[in-house]
Amino acid sequence: MKLTAYIEGIGLLGPGLSDWPSSQAILGGRQPYQSHKTILPTPALLPAAERRRSGAIVKLTLATGLEAIAAAGLNAADLPSVFSSSGGDGENCHAICEMLASDDRQISPTRFHNSVHNAAAGYWSIATGAMTSSSVLCAFDACFGAGLLEALTQVVVDDTRSVLLACDTAYPEPLHSVRPIPDAFGIALVLAPQRSAQALAQITVSLTDASADQLDDAALENLRSAIPAARGLPLLRAIALRQEQRVVLDYLDSPRLAVAITLC
Amino acid sequence: MNPLWLSHFTATSSIGCGRNQTLDALRQRRAGLAPCAFDTVDLPTFIGEVAGVDAVQIPAHLAKFDCRNNRLALLCLLQDGFVEAVRAASAKYGAQRIGVFLGTSTSGILQTELAYRRRDPVTGALPADFIYRTTHNTFSVADFTRHYFGLTGPAVVVSSACSSSAKVFSSARRMLAAGLIDAAVVGGVDSLCLTTLYGFNSLGLISEQACRPFDAQRNGISIGEAAAFALLERVPENPDADAVLLLGIGESSDAYHMSSPHPDGLGARMAMQDALKMAGLHPAEIDYINLHGTATQSNDAAEGKAVAAVFGPSTPCSSTKGATGHTLGAAGGVEAVICALALQHGLLPAGINTQQLDSTMELDYVLDNREQPLARVLSNSFGFGGTNCSLIFGRADTL
Repeated sequence: MKLTAYIEGIGLLGPGLSDWPSSQAILGGRQPYQSHKTILPTPALLPAAERRRSGAIVKLTLATGLEAIAAAGLNAADLPSVFSSSGGDGENCHAICEMLASDDRQISPTRFHNSVHNAAAGYWSIATGAMTSSSVLCAFDACFGAGLLEALTQVVVDDTRSVLLACDTAYPEPLHSVRPIPDAFGIALVLAPQRSAQALAQITVSLTDASADQLDDAALENLRSAIPAARGLPLLRAIALRQEQRVVLDYLDSPRLAVAITLC
Repeated sequence: MNPLWLSHFTATSSIGCGRNQTLDALRQRRAGLAPCAFDTVDLPTFIGEVAGVDAVQIPAHLAKFDCRNNRLALLCLLQDGFVEAVRAASAKYGAQRIGVFLGTSTSGILQTELAYRRRDPVTGALPADFIYRTTHNTFSVADFTRHYFGLTGPAVVVSSACSSSAKVFSSARRMLAAGLIDAAVVGGVDSLCLTTLYGFNSLGLISEQACRPFDAQRNGISIGEAAAFALLERVPENPDADAVLLLGIGESSDAYHMSSPHPDGLGARMAMQDALKMAGLHPAEIDYINLHGTATQSNDAAEGKAVAAVFGPSTPCSSTKGATGHTLGAAGGVEAVICALALQHGLLPAGINTQQLDSTMELDYVLDNREQPLARVLSNSFGFGGTNCSLIFGRADTL
């Protein structure tokens, strides 16, 4: 069974990758990749109270999602969404667990509501006014593939556009030692059921038992393997290279996702 | 949508293990709530704790998954022949053609909370026996379930707070319709932990009594734990008369506030209307509504307005959280099973604990069990972040 959709907009933010336009030359091998800590922009779209309370995962989700939707020339409020993260806000989780292990267990309301896995989805709908449905997913290392599959089934079955927001943020110690995600990284894709003027590429996705593609550049490959959301990079690299090809993206131990890419 | 068949289903909560105990408790109006004596929690509140979770033994080859949440999942899977049903489906369709879609809010975070008490005093490191991936991580319960059955199809956890295990039906529906799978194990599992008890306490949302949904004096939730599973398949040519079918799903977001619902229940209204639209039904064709009904002032007020706006004042409705407590990420799954039992047994379950109905609500809130045939029912699940999901189930003989 194959699922086909059109990519209309891409958002990208991670260590050494500051947005999709400037990252194409790096992913295409025309510019060297230099890793530096991910710079998360202040989420200007959020009301002041929510902005103060928002953690890294919220900033990352808003930045990548809004980039993709602006590139597609669409309104975020109109789009159903799929949020996929391998574990949510690690800083917040650490702070809560530390307090709960102390003599004073009175965690703050903000800490608590930021602890839900759908915090980014909640802030997203407040910021954009989107009252559309959102699927909020976790699949550990498989979160990019799981999010892509979910968004594709929305597009194909419900005949609607959908925005995929796959984001992960760093885990502080002592959690970092058991979940070594080094930095914030996010990919957002606007997917559409029909070809339009803004379509960048057509993708056709099926399940496969083949191994996931790796990236030639050692530093980029390190990024791909270290952060679950970055498992989508081989797809972005093919688009950056303007290459029509088939890539295999990491998903579960079995299956993985075969993606046939046709440029528009 | 094409209706889907809940070919098997089961639930385990503080009111009982499996379908028979759950149905008996509903018939006898028995609550599972008791004063909180969980772990070292020092909060004056009632909780719905499942008996016997600590005694559940995770199979040795899956020992790395051992935590309260996965023990609760296994306890539930072992009821009502559910394990055999999934194994039969796996033999029939192939392990790669069965998806796993489970909801949870906190997964096995209790394991991390406990590990933080045992950090190395010098380095701060977590103890060596702590395994993050297969216990705490939000995906753990789906990963466990997948491994338990040897399933190799798509698998994911939906974690949108208290709508999680309602929304899994939506992910499974799309995956089935897309032809990627032939059956889906759906459900939800959420277990007691300190994060939710102290977290809801910080918001002033937990009651010191057993919760009283839609009572004029309601003053907060009682947190519970539970697991629920259903096996979803395409509807066979000649389903049994009392086969339970999923008829419609509606989803929306409030776009309003992280921990308070839209005051007029706008998002809730949209979810119910979309579910009716997908099912091709009029509001009058719904015989019973299982409310989200958490028993906080603002949640029940918003939901009451939304239900009245969509259905008017005469559709019977109740919240079963007075019995089970609010089982958070498992609530949608548990209440889907309660709806399925209601349809099969012609039982309209009363809301219990509620003494005096909130007179500002124009609803037919059911305070005494009613025995009557039910054709179609709707279940609401809403959560933090303004996430809403409504499910409609019906009997096959009323299609």
